[in-house]
Amino acid sequence: MNTRRLILLGFIAVLAALPLLNLLPEEHPLHVSDFLVSIIGKWICYAILALALDLAWGYAGILSLGHGAFFALGGYAIGMHLMRLIGPRGVYGHPVLPDFMVFLGYTELPWYWLGFDWFIFAFAMALIVPGLLAGIVGYLAFRSRITGVYLSIITQALTYALMLAFFRNDMGFGGNNGFTDFKELLGMPLNSGHTRAILFYASLVALILVFLMCGALTRTKYGRVLTAIRDAESRVRFLGYDTTRHKLFVFVLSAMIAGLAGALYVPQVGIINPSEFSPGNSIEAVVWVAFGGRGTLVGAVLGAFSVNALKTWLTSVAPDLWLIVLGCLFIAVPLLLPKGLIGLIRRRGGAKP
Amino acid sequence: MLPSLLLRCLGLFFGLVLLLSPARAQDFDALLPGLAGGFAQQAETVERLGALGDPRAIPLLQALADARLLRMADGRIVAQEGAAPPEGASLIRINNRVRVALRGALGRLQLVSPEPAERLRAADAILRNRSADDIPLLEAALAREPRADIRARMELALGGARLASAEQAAKRAGIATLGASSSPEARNLLLAARAANPDLTAEIETAVAAIDRRLQMRRAAETFFQGLSLGSVLLLAALGLAITFGVMGVINMAHGEFVMIGAYVTVVVQEICRDIPALQPYALPLAIPAAFLVTAAIGAAMERGLIRHLYGRPLETLLLTFGVGMVLQQVVRLTFGAQNREVISPDWMMGTLILPGGVAITQNRAWIILFSIAVLLATLAAIRLTRFGLEMRAVVQNRRIAATMGIRTGRVDAMTFAFGSGIAGLAGVALSQIDNVSPNLGTGYIIDSFMVVVFGGVGSLMGTLIGAFTLGLVNKVLEPYAGVVLAKVLLLVGIMLFIQRRPKGLFALKGRAADQ
Repeated sequence: MNTRRLILLGFIAVLAALPLLNLLPEEHPLHVSDFLVSIIGKWICYAILALALDLAWGYAGILSLGHGAFFALGGYAIGMHLMRLIGPRGVYGHPVLPDFMVFLGYTELPWYWLGFDWFIFAFAMALIVPGLLAGIVGYLAFRSRITGVYLSIITQALTYALMLAFFRNDMGFGGNNGFTDFKELLGMPLNSGHTRAILFYASLVALILVFLMCGALTRTKYGRVLTAIRDAESRVRFLGYDTTRHKLFVFVLSAMIAGLAGALYVPQVGIINPSEFSPGNSIEAVVWVAFGGRGTLVGAVLGAFSVNALKTWLTSVAPDLWLIVLGCLFIAVPLLLPKGLIGLIRRRGGAKP
Repeated sequence: MLPSLLLRCLGLFFGLVLLLSPARAQDFDALLPGLAGGFAQQAETVERLGALGDPRAIPLLQALADARLLRMADGRIVAQEGAAPPEGASLIRINNRVRVALRGALGRLQLVSPEPAERLRAADAILRNRSADDIPLLEAALAREPRADIRARMELALGGARLASAEQAAKRAGIATLGASSSPEARNLLLAARAANPDLTAEIETAVAAIDRRLQMRRAAETFFQGLSLGSVLLLAALGLAITFGVMGVINMAHGEFVMIGAYVTVVVQEICRDIPALQPYALPLAIPAAFLVTAAIGAAMERGLIRHLYGRPLETLLLTFGVGMVLQQVVRLTFGAQNREVISPDWMMGTLILPGGVAITQNRAWIILFSIAVLLATLAAIRLTRFGLEMRAVVQNRRIAATMGIRTGRVDAMTFAFGSGIAGLAGVALSQIDNVSPNLGTGYIIDSFMVVVFGGVGSLMGTLIGAFTLGLVNKVLEPYAGVVLAKVLLLVGIMLFIQRRPKGLFALKGRAADQ
């Protein structure tokens, strides 16, 4: 137990040191490149998304193929705020409207853009909108006892529908170009190293907080009930638990965490467009969790980091092979690694799960 | 008795033809020298030739207009061939008056030209500058016009010409002609004539209303056909899924890739057939069994090699098959390239079919509707009538008892999966005729197919049939109002709400899948 804690703390310490090392002069031997910092900042956001998915799938048995959509909605909410901050610095120089709206001939801001010039409002929306959507879909689905693959297919259809909708130019979200060309956030220019470091730390803190929260949640009695629902829902229902409400709560919470991940992701990558909604993204997140080990929070984080590290390495070395390797991961994990990397490590180590 | 009557009739007919044609031929020959006369005689001759309606006059008049008509030394009139006129021939010259006459005559003669495209162009030209002078000409041309689409244009032109006449009776006849057609152009002609003819307003309005009614019917029929066509595509894509998902309880996320591979098999078969001229016309019929066998083999290999180990774990199967799909898609992309491959449809699938009432349907889509129904019937027959179908149903109902009865359940699983995959390959053959053959051909249909299966009821072929056509029709009915994308979004939302009421779909079925 102690060694595990030590490894975890060491991991966090290494992550925390990266932005500081980035601030060292370039000729210094310990200098870390901008690229690496931004890449790892992205992975931290992916790890938060993986935690969200693991909470729903690993602990409550809800295999959502739509978490990429919650992630993207969170990203769009922050993206709208970033667009509002551009102001007259856009290509068309319009003081109020973003470039794409001027281009499409809008004369005023659509009503659903109101309030997004406040960071707090946008940040709240990044959590509330995914939560609300998950609440509606989850309520409809869990109430009529849609489970298993049916639920997966419905969440995938939801993602697909959102993607189609966001690709439309007249939705007021920039059509297929989405949002980009951001300038600043909370008064800090987005292209400076300091801002990057701050965003990196914000993501890291969010990851740690989400990790601790999920850990605490799954250890409570509520978490035990969730696991029981995952394993035998009808028995739990016959014991008198309102399984619909339990699942709904965890689904909404999970969607909000995914929204948070998206909100941290967009300022770091500087772009959000409808391809984030593509069903492939959501299901890629599923493989992070499955590869790391579903039902273990460490596994979700580990999976997100390792699969994305593999992806980054492979897409630079042999870009054509990446999809084949990812596909083989999908095939190999259920057949060979049903408990994921964590299961493998534990079996080797002889420790009990 | 009867044969002799027939003979006599035939004889009478040929006699009439013999009687008539020399007379016309004499007219034609007698008129020709007039082309070389004075300008006034030339113009008159041109007009008479035009009114004669003999297609032979077209090249001569054309040559006259282009200053290529020659009078030979022996008095014959011929069109110049080659660069320079031959010895002793003189070029026939014309003036503006003759030119005007020529333009009119050529326009009229084109109505009887042997070239359909030219006849159509002539009808259009007459329609553009409607004049009552053209009425007898159009009537004559209409009487001998074999093609329905050109007849329709000519009738429109005739209606317009009659409407332009000064006589009240001719105008009424024109309104009737236009009112009997069902084209928006006729409607516009009538509306334009309404202001100029206040005394005919009532009749014009009745005619316009009749056209509107028919146009509406036609639009409805065309929407219905498009819905049917989309539905049949969905049916093909979903039918295999209904077997693997519905009957076996396996979520095959690689189904879309099987469809895509079926389309690529069509491309490959076509390329092989291109090198062997004897096989060329049969490329598409050959692609059908080839696509079935290739995808069925891949499906069988996938079931025996991978899925077999995961029965009873549907979520893991979903991930695994998604991975297989991803690998297949990338392998195809690396083999064939990411760009679209061209599939040439055979002649009998090209073109547009005009049904009575002017309903236009594209021929390839009509064939796909027939094909999907044939595949559905074959599937039903395989399940209901063959030994394999019987064993399959037995395994689905009770695996252990079926095994006890001596059915090799593992083999039945593999064959069922291969069967479902093979149908996906057939869908690929059909889709290659209407869609771009590219590595992500299948992804566009897979979510729709899942919706069809979930909506129709898992495991029910009837549900798949009704689900596919319902979704196809609803989609096409919504499209004009909501646009393509929004129609799809609305449909997805509608299905999610529908599943609230009936979580098991339209036709719930019992079986291994029903327990999950």
